[in-house]
Amino acid sequence: MSQFASQDPGAPAFAVVHTGQPGAPAPKSPRNLPHRGGEANPSVEALRTRFGVAIGRHEVVWGDTTVYVARERLAEIAQWLHDDPTQRYDYLVDVTAVEYRDEVRPLEVVWHLRSLSYRRFLRLKTELPKNGVTPLEVPSVWGIWKGADWLERECFDMFGIRFAGHPDLRRILLWEDYKEGFPLRKDFPLRGRFSRAEQLTNALAADPEARYSMEELSVADAFASLPEDMRKRLGGGERVGE
Amino acid sequence: MAVTKTIEVALSTTGLGPDGRPIRIPLGAEGLTSAPPSLEPELEGEHMLINIGPQHPATHGVLRLVLELDGETVVRCIPHVGYLHCGFEKIGEYRQYNQIIPWTDREDYLNSMGNNVAFALGAERLFGIEITERCTVLRVMAMELSRIISHLVWLGTTCIDIGAFTPFLWCFQERENVYKLLEGWTGARLTTSGSRVGGMIADVPAGWTDGLRAFLRQFPKTLDEVDRMLTRNAIWVGRTVGIGVMTPEEAINYGLSGPMLRASGVAYDVRKDVPYLDYETYDFDVPVGTNGDVYDRFLVRFEELRQSVRILEQALARLPEGPVNVDDPRVILPPKHKATSEMESMIHHFKLVMEGPRPPIGEAYVPVESPKGEKGYYFVSDGTAKPVRWRIRPPSYVNLSAIPRMVEGHLLSDVIAINASIDIVMGEIDR
Repeated sequence: MSQFASQDPGAPAFAVVHTGQPGAPAPKSPRNLPHRGGEANPSVEALRTRFGVAIGRHEVVWGDTTVYVARERLAEIAQWLHDDPTQRYDYLVDVTAVEYRDEVRPLEVVWHLRSLSYRRFLRLKTELPKNGVTPLEVPSVWGIWKGADWLERECFDMFGIRFAGHPDLRRILLWEDYKEGFPLRKDFPLRGRFSRAEQLTNALAADPEARYSMEELSVADAFASLPEDMRKRLGGGERVGE
Repeated sequence: MAVTKTIEVALSTTGLGPDGRPIRIPLGAEGLTSAPPSLEPELEGEHMLINIGPQHPATHGVLRLVLELDGETVVRCIPHVGYLHCGFEKIGEYRQYNQIIPWTDREDYLNSMGNNVAFALGAERLFGIEITERCTVLRVMAMELSRIISHLVWLGTTCIDIGAFTPFLWCFQERENVYKLLEGWTGARLTTSGSRVGGMIADVPAGWTDGLRAFLRQFPKTLDEVDRMLTRNAIWVGRTVGIGVMTPEEAINYGLSGPMLRASGVAYDVRKDVPYLDYETYDFDVPVGTNGDVYDRFLVRFEELRQSVRILEQALARLPEGPVNVDDPRVILPPKHKATSEMESMIHHFKLVMEGPRPPIGEAYVPVESPKGEKGYYFVSDGTAKPVRWRIRPPSYVNLSAIPRMVEGHLLSDVIAINASIDIVMGEIDR
């Protein structure tokens, strides 16, 4: 940092990126936020002007603005929020989903976006009806924010929501051949679907190196360069390292 | 990434020169940018796959990295996480709000007090509670003390990874002093469960602030010693400068936060940008790096330790008298003597214990600056005593997801330094 600046003609490598707008007042800790109502994030109005009917209702709860958007146009909306110079939502905080205890209420996928330049926070939501017809699928935002990679994988792992366009949508916290379903869905019992005995049997039968041998070696270019006999053994499911 | 700059550093053990100053060794990295000709050309292009972890001392927990190597250079890295997954978020949907607090200790266990406070802040937003003045200041102390613990453990273990043993012992000694303070306050060292919705588990005991003052007096001396040992040490600089560089644009795009983001030159600190607990009224600086490498991450975290000391001193000076818990029978248990003598208090006590406090329908996300980065708990409530959804926004998880990008093209030994610089806690990643 600064102590090397005088000795190093090449440094600093980057200019400091400042948050907030120049001259804007420093933000303060919120006090006495209203439960509902209050000033909505100005991006909502901009979204309505730009995308019309693709933008559904919005609400302000405890100071944060939530806006519902149409699933089909989500990728376009996210791209615009990221790129437009009046919005600049350059930071993806979180991707997650909510399932309510009410059985007919749709699943919601939630994106928490932050604009570092305007110091704004926006919660995007899209609804996935649980009618058995609508696929649990939303467009991936990985192409816009690389940070979505693991967040979307976790959401898929826990809720079974598919993110179309994600380059590598695999389970992440659970192992790939986990058979019990999606744990954060409300129809998943707290202790799992299988009995303790079944869980134990499955755990003992599971091959902890399975991901290493099959999925991964085929992902890695190295697989092609392995000796023929080794490829055959790995293909046959043999455990590596024995 | 190739290093082309020259940095003059001093080995801490070379002794003094004729002018009475430490002998300075120019650490020229010029000429190292192109690889020497291969001794075994027939092996060029052969890639090797190696596996680090999940049980490896340098992975800071049960992290597994599968690396594809070309010689010693990393071509591709595939991380695997999830070995500690125990479904915290699922369990939270079956617990009352105060019952979830012990779980928050156990995810990022180096920052347990900070997590407790972050949880309480999120839940209080959901309940619409304003906490007392004394509680606000006590929580600032709790958060900064846990930042010190977390950064000290990071510093110590990173030293071990890179090959220095002594600072590890100094750091862990200081950490022990903080744990003594926390133990006096909450009764526990690691799993503190120190906060409650609407207040804290207890006020600090008599004489506690004197203990904190004594700690703040001697802690900067230890920092100076570590500073002398590391900051201009040729081995340390050689192992960390120019390693694992993230540009500001990349760092933002990958969603990095905390010291990882600031080392890349992005001045985003939740305490300044989305303040909570009146952080805007404290006078402290946010260190920002300019090269985005492992060395800058070290400098940023090291400076944050000093800034935490500043914040703690100001918090001590302004600690007001008064109650710690809010006077709100919806969430705070009545005192025991009232619960056994007054009918109304007894009913409140019974309903709070048996049914739990009920927030209104709504949702809340309150980010805080945890030592690892932006951490937040996202709650969705349907008006019952248990959350519909309790989501942890884990900073280490998002930071770790950038490791394939950071280690690309580096040597195998640099993978260890880069992984250490992320400051991961697997409890938080796997939850």
